[in-house]
Amino acid sequence: MDRLPKWADVVLVPLVSLIFAAAISAIVIKAIGQSPSEALKVMVEGSLMSAYGWGYTLYYTTSFIFTGLAVTIAFHAGMFNIGGEGQAQLGGLGVALACLLIPWPHWSVALLAASLSAAAFGAVWAAVPAYLAARRGSHIVITTIMFNYIAAALIVYLLVDVLRPAGQMDPATARFPKTVSLPTLNQIPGFDLFFQKEVPANVTLFIALAAAWAVWLILWRTRLGYQLRAFGKSEPAARYAGINPAKMIMISMTISGALAGLMSVNNVMGEAERLLQNSSEGAGFIGIAVALMGRNHPVGVVLAAVLFGFLYQGGAELGLWTAIPIELRIVVQGLVILFTGALDVMVRMLLVWLFSFGRKRQVA
Amino acid sequence: MDYGTLLQILDSTLRLGTPLLFACLAGLFSERAGIFDIGLEGKMLMAAMCSGAVAFLTGSVWLGLLAGLAGSLVFAGLHGVASITFRGNQLISGVALNFLASGITVLVAQRLFGQGGRTPPLDGAARFNEITLPFAETLRPVPVLGPLYADVISGHALLVYVAILCVPLTWWVLYRTRFGLRLRAVGENPAAVDTAGVSVKGLRFAAVGITGLLCGLAGAYMATALQAGFGREMTAGRGYIALAALIFAKWRPWQALGACMLFGFFQALALRPDVVTAVVQVKIPVPFLDALPYILTVLVLAGFVGKAIPPRAGGEPYVKER
Amino acid sequence: MPSGANTSGRQATAAPFAIELKGISKAFGPVQANKDISIAVPRGTIHGIIGENGAGKSTLMSILYGFYRADSGEILINGTPTAIPDSQSAIRAGIGMVFQHFKLVQNFTVLENVILGAEEGAMLARSLAKARRVLSDLSREYELDVDPDALIEDLSVGHQQRVEILKALYRQADILILDEPTGVLTPAEADHLFRILSGLRDQGKTIILITHKLREIMEITDHVSVMRRGTMVGTVKTAETSPEELAELMVGRKVLLEVDKGAPNPGKTVLSVQDLHVRDEHGVERLKGISFDIRAGEILGIAGVAGNGQSELLEALGGIAAATGRIVMNGTDLPLTGATANGQTRREAGIAHVPEDRQHLGLIMDFEAWENVAFGYHNAPEYQKNALLMDNDALRADTAAKMERFDVRPPIPTLPAKSFSGGNQQKIVVAREIERNPDLLLIGQPTRGVDIGAIEFIHKQIVALRDAGKAILLVSVELDEIMSLSDRIAVMFDGKLMGFRDPETTNERELGLLMAGVSEGTP
Repeated sequence: MDRLPKWADVVLVPLVSLIFAAAISAIVIKAIGQSPSEALKVMVEGSLMSAYGWGYTLYYTTSFIFTGLAVTIAFHAGMFNIGGEGQAQLGGLGVALACLLIPWPHWSVALLAASLSAAAFGAVWAAVPAYLAARRGSHIVITTIMFNYIAAALIVYLLVDVLRPAGQMDPATARFPKTVSLPTLNQIPGFDLFFQKEVPANVTLFIALAAAWAVWLILWRTRLGYQLRAFGKSEPAARYAGINPAKMIMISMTISGALAGLMSVNNVMGEAERLLQNSSEGAGFIGIAVALMGRNHPVGVVLAAVLFGFLYQGGAELGLWTAIPIELRIVVQGLVILFTGALDVMVRMLLVWLFSFGRKRQVA
Repeated sequence: MDYGTLLQILDSTLRLGTPLLFACLAGLFSERAGIFDIGLEGKMLMAAMCSGAVAFLTGSVWLGLLAGLAGSLVFAGLHGVASITFRGNQLISGVALNFLASGITVLVAQRLFGQGGRTPPLDGAARFNEITLPFAETLRPVPVLGPLYADVISGHALLVYVAILCVPLTWWVLYRTRFGLRLRAVGENPAAVDTAGVSVKGLRFAAVGITGLLCGLAGAYMATALQAGFGREMTAGRGYIALAALIFAKWRPWQALGACMLFGFFQALALRPDVVTAVVQVKIPVPFLDALPYILTVLVLAGFVGKAIPPRAGGEPYVKER
Repeated sequence: MPSGANTSGRQATAAPFAIELKGISKAFGPVQANKDISIAVPRGTIHGIIGENGAGKSTLMSILYGFYRADSGEILINGTPTAIPDSQSAIRAGIGMVFQHFKLVQNFTVLENVILGAEEGAMLARSLAKARRVLSDLSREYELDVDPDALIEDLSVGHQQRVEILKALYRQADILILDEPTGVLTPAEADHLFRILSGLRDQGKTIILITHKLREIMEITDHVSVMRRGTMVGTVKTAETSPEELAELMVGRKVLLEVDKGAPNPGKTVLSVQDLHVRDEHGVERLKGISFDIRAGEILGIAGVAGNGQSELLEALGGIAAATGRIVMNGTDLPLTGATANGQTRREAGIAHVPEDRQHLGLIMDFEAWENVAFGYHNAPEYQKNALLMDNDALRADTAAKMERFDVRPPIPTLPAKSFSGGNQQKIVVAREIERNPDLLLIGQPTRGVDIGAIEFIHKQIVALRDAGKAILLVSVELDEIMSLSDRIAVMFDGKLMGFRDPETTNERELGLLMAGVSEGTP
């Protein structure tokens, strides 16, 4: 098969996949008797045309950057971490424990402690499947799926039987103290000029962007990243170079779990301010779509996270103002994963065909 | 725990184990042919919505069943095209189709019925109703066995018995027919099938098709027999439990029956925490019972409870080479 | 004899040749694997096809079995032109193939493997019963006894091969192709195979035996065709030829690359290997107790047919495969098993390794050239900016310099490895390993798939390293290369060293016989 130019591979393949996904979504909207153009208008207006909309879009973006990065770093080591959801939920537990057990004097120290705790809890929840994969040959995908369910059951148990304050009906922890409340974008000098109303997007956004930079740095500037990428490309070659496969599996999955866990700082500490059941709301899974769409590069992940932030905020607006159910966003998410992850060969074949067509015409 | 309670729990086990069994056998056909399928969940959901909707609209459970099979087959076909024709990543394809099903079922049900993504309740001929087996009441007075027959074995929807019959049928197809031989071979070593002059793609598509049909039965049972209608996310992870049961059963049909009934038993227990507490004298949290199938699967995968060896060519697209 | 559907093209018993190939050509991209090949194989004979690795034997047979389509040329089966677009057509034409890597389902029984794809009807019972009957007939007729109910994974390699032959016979093959059948067999198993093949020939079957082992050709074939670099060099009657003549035809009078090389000046012992054993992942012993020394300023060449343990020797020395015995480097014992036996500790001990398979071991094909230059040396201090970060700029500059010195084309450090030609890929690997100035260089198949110009260059580099007082272990299946580069030659056969020779006094014939496992000139 002919090769595509590099720019086409990086830009066109995800773009064409996105166009396919959008086109099919439009057909679906049409099929349920609604207007695709109207839907797009509502989505754009509700998520991008006001500061308030951006406040939500960036809130979702923050979560998706973390989970997208989690999938990305594991992917570079040849691991498919589908357990981001469970790792994020455990991260939420870490956040809750850090915020509830210690009376922090100021949100900044609390943020630091909660981040470390979230990362540690997420990392441990990923390290167990990683250990089983590295030492006992378990299939990482199946094991991480199972750990999602085990995490969900564990959180339910803890919320119902252990962490729920006496007298409270719903399964959730107590509210975090006011002192650990994270500044939202409308409370940050400079940003408050744009965000004048209370928005959920908060300082965690900057941690997410820093994490994206850190992942880029790790993958392409450090010995560790070099070894992870080499192992992910070829295990026999890695052995030749003296890179320890078991170590690579453990390290990549631990970092991946830590990133997924960090996402909970955004929603648990930054927004809900207590730990609820199913706090991550599927963001762990969206990380798969974000990573695939972002071509497993931190820059791409950030861009794809904004796109999915738009999709999630826009989708919520659709649920509010139109007859299109909010579940449309899950359909789009599935389509994006399908085209960028499973049918990428098809998309690429199509582009190669188009390119060869163009070349022939030039010759003629 | 008295005998009556035990029978109640066993009865629930059979009812709850049935969708797992259909889905598990579905996965068995696909994975035995070398195609990983973590999209069982999505196909079940699709079938549940299609069958629930059509059964309500036509009033016929049979038309509903057909619609369910068709819905599931469409998704199976997509998985086949992605993973066989275009040699895509089978795991990612499965994940994608699960999301697609999760969203599209609600969209369609909301469009059709406007009841928040569920179908209106089904009744009468729009459901598979309970069948009383012959002599159930006559034999009831027989000690021990009589109530077992009348309360546990008798009184289920037709599809429960179909599911049980699918076990020997699967065994027979797999081990006694030419198709089964080739199916098992293509999941172990597609090159052997290819050099013997048999189409690898054809076999794999056939297997994926059977997976679609069985998932269709699983979903239709959920919407028209276990429950009276479709509700959003009604499969609630059963596709993954079935996958766990398949691994637990080491990809064999009779063991699949055992694993599914065991996991169905856990689900039945989770509905009766009072009974569990009474029996073991310690309060067992319900979530623990929910998580038990997954914990067992992790232990099996890690080789702590016997070694699960998946079909050797599983998950790998076949590329012809010398 | 088994009965079954009659197949076309086999009634023409008058035609003298079972198979005729006329002008077959096949190219893979720029590589011409077969160039205008013509052979004719008389019915009821065993026809050998011999040639070095990569001579194009297997490609030719794959065309005959419908795995590849020839770019041009014609195939005649029993005198009838026959198109063979797929394996099914080959089977219908009466061709059976025993692949070098068996195509068996490991957890199936012998019977199940035999009937796969040749079942009678939709139910298995009848097919199995018939196969059981046929198999018992066949096994009596041809010494092909295998337990029909045994699982393949429980059978020895020799028995698995018999199952492959039975598969072909069950499908009523009249023409049987065996690709390197003895490569995996013990000598006793090989002898048994030859008795089976003789029996089949006596029953009128036509057999094509692909091999690179002279002994087998002399022992069993009626005719032999020699291939070299994609062309057919000639076909002779086995009775009228000799191993010497065949060896000469195989190796050919190709341009002898003159390596400008002075007399060696060996110093102290750098590497001492004592009683080294290696088992593969299946538990088969691949290295059966090897001992040798290499001194500073010396090139030790290991000659041998591929698959006789050379790869395992390199892997054990390079820290990739676990081993038992002793490897002493500069007077220090190296770890042979466990976490400390790896490529990093070997490099620290002064061992550099140019692996046999550069595309799977030596390079990451998707990595850019500069990233590959760090491969295995990513911990080297000069490539670090600080405790945390690698110095990619330094690495790129170093790569550019290495590319310049080794004449890598195009000299662009940011080009991915897969974009370079084979020769230039190899230069990148060689530059990386040689420029570490190692005490010992392991180098496997240094010029496989490398163009003439690059061969010369790489040879010069190896000699220069020797002249700088370093020890070199050269493994190659190219006898020329071994002869022209080595200061001492060891011949490997079946996991053991057959002996050491001085390149000044030995010749290709003597080495060829040692490579075939024949010691001291008695064929």
